[in-house]
Amino acid sequence: MTPFVFLALLQDGLTSGAIYLLLAMGLLIVFSVTRVIFVPQGDLLALATLTVAQLQAGGVPGTLWLLDALALAALLGEIAGGRTTRRTLAAWLIYPAALTAACWFGPRTDPWFAMLLGIAIVTPFGPLAWRFVFRPAADASLLALLILAMALHFVLAGVGMVLFGPDGASVAPLTSATLMAGPLAISGQSLAVVAICAALVGGLRWFFGATLTGKALRATASDRLGARLVGIDAAESGARAFALAAFVAALSGVLIGAVTPIAYDTGFEIGLKGFVAAIIGGLASYPAAAAGAVLVGVLESLGSFWASAWRDVIVFALLIPVLAWLSLRQRAAGEP
Amino acid sequence: MTGKLLTVAGLRAGYGSVAVLQGVSLDVAAGQIVAIVGPNGAGKTTLMSAIMGLLPRQGEVRLDAAAAGSTAAMVAAGVVLVPETRALFADMSVADNLLLGAYPRRRAARTDRDAARADVFALFPRLAERRHQHAATLSGGERQMLALGRALMARPRLLLLDEPSLGLAPRIVRDIFRVLADLRTRGLSILLVEQNARAALDIADYGYVLELGEIVLEGPSAELAHDARVIATYLGTGRQT
Ligand SMILES: Nc1ncnc2c1ncn2[C@@H]1O[C@H](COP(=O)(O)OP(=O)(O)OP(=O)(O)O)[C@@H](O)[C@H]1O
Ligand SMILES: [Mg+2]
Repeated sequence: MTPFVFLALLQDGLTSGAIYLLLAMGLLIVFSVTRVIFVPQGDLLALATLTVAQLQAGGVPGTLWLLDALALAALLGEIAGGRTTRRTLAAWLIYPAALTAACWFGPRTDPWFAMLLGIAIVTPFGPLAWRFVFRPAADASLLALLILAMALHFVLAGVGMVLFGPDGASVAPLTSATLMAGPLAISGQSLAVVAICAALVGGLRWFFGATLTGKALRATASDRLGARLVGIDAAESGARAFALAAFVAALSGVLIGAVTPIAYDTGFEIGLKGFVAAIIGGLASYPAAAAGAVLVGVLESLGSFWASAWRDVIVFALLIPVLAWLSLRQRAAGEP
Repeated sequence: MTGKLLTVAGLRAGYGSVAVLQGVSLDVAAGQIVAIVGPNGAGKTTLMSAIMGLLPRQGEVRLDAAAAGSTAAMVAAGVVLVPETRALFADMSVADNLLLGAYPRRRAARTDRDAARADVFALFPRLAERRHQHAATLSGGERQMLALGRALMARPRLLLLDEPSLGLAPRIVRDIFRVLADLRTRGLSILLVEQNARAALDIADYGYVLELGEIVLEGPSAELAHDARVIATYLGTGRQT
């Protein structure tokens, strides 16, 4: 391998690493606030790519109608439970209505408009998953929640297949510019992906470190009883965590969809790689998850050069030594 | 006597099929400290959880004569529980723990929150020194101060305290109880569960003895402190403050 090829692979690896980092953050947020391992995050990613691709091709995506139907169901549920507030009306009536209007009357073939609209359509599926699948089982065991998450993954993958068919789709890149650094071509898309991911990580840091809403989410993750006793609504915290994760997944779908075609069943695997990164971070620490994400991205990219058939084997086999090391370290720290 | 703030009548609660409280009745008048003493496993913690709505309850719990609702409704109505486990946000700073204590009043003016924090720091200067430290790294006594401080940040009307003296040196116990007596003079009502019966009855206005999920004795705390049974069981030799 020449240094030139190595640098090109490194660039690819860093780009996908940035996306795995986003997904890992989404997983960590949802897990620490609600104890759910959000397996279907990858499916939301795929739904976002497919939604944006269809918008850019001039179509009206089925995810929009699905959102309208589920939001209506959520709204009726709130009304039946006598819990209608201005916020539930905004979330489950005004927001979907506005999106539908934007899709119908807006310039949906405009690449940027389509991207923003697609992200806005897919993000509410996070809170909806919480509302209909995980919140009713919020006190269930970790295993039960994981099984629910797996079930939802299959449901969403199936929905993706029905709404968009089996073929992969790509979205327009954010930029088609290329930067020449000597013999090495640095793609503008890669730079944009890394920059957006860095900005988002910074934004999340600010959100969790400096805003009361972010601190309330951390409080729920830190001590459930304590959060309840200071009046933090666990249902609301859960909805916010899922909204963040779904937003991050949708954004990732738009970013990665310009590099690789995404089909209804590709998202799961990408989500799993984010999961590997999160596991390397011990499902707890954000800097470690960042290192893990970059490691996964680079290993995968180098692996695809040497032994492309072994690419995923290398990445997922990495879990075994990492978990062994984490458990050894934990034992050394005196935990049982 | 001023009006009743909290009325509990015939309260039953437990865990699944395990019944713990067998119909407990008690009152807390506005501006009073009411103590509940009793042996381990009597159901004191269960009583606090049931009043707060953390456990399903049967019987009557009234706040200002209106039926008490869910935990969220209790918090919104100015009832704050400091649980036996403290439930601090261990991986967050002292300052953030206090900030979140004011969460029920998050729509109030910022100056209001700053004033509450200044009050807490005046009561516990140690917390001001440690404000950037994680709650997990505080000493036992400091954690107790933080738990109480976080509760006070909500400017409660009724404070439910589950064993505020747990695991503390006698000097710090005295400090904490002095703070409680001081809070009463500012109009706060306190329902206090204590193993340390002497310290509790010393500052309380009224006391109850809970055994096996039932109130077996009650009275003004000065009288309780002279009751032969209470002396034999709870104030006898060995427990000095
Ligand atoms: N989560 C639970 N599930 C089942 N039983 C419980 C649970 N928590 C407490 N109990 C039982 O309820 C009874 C009362 O417990 P509780 O914690 O209310 O006692 P307590 O008076 O607070 O005791 P202590 O002074 O030791 O704190 C005990 O017999 C206890 O074993
Ligand atoms: Mg107890």
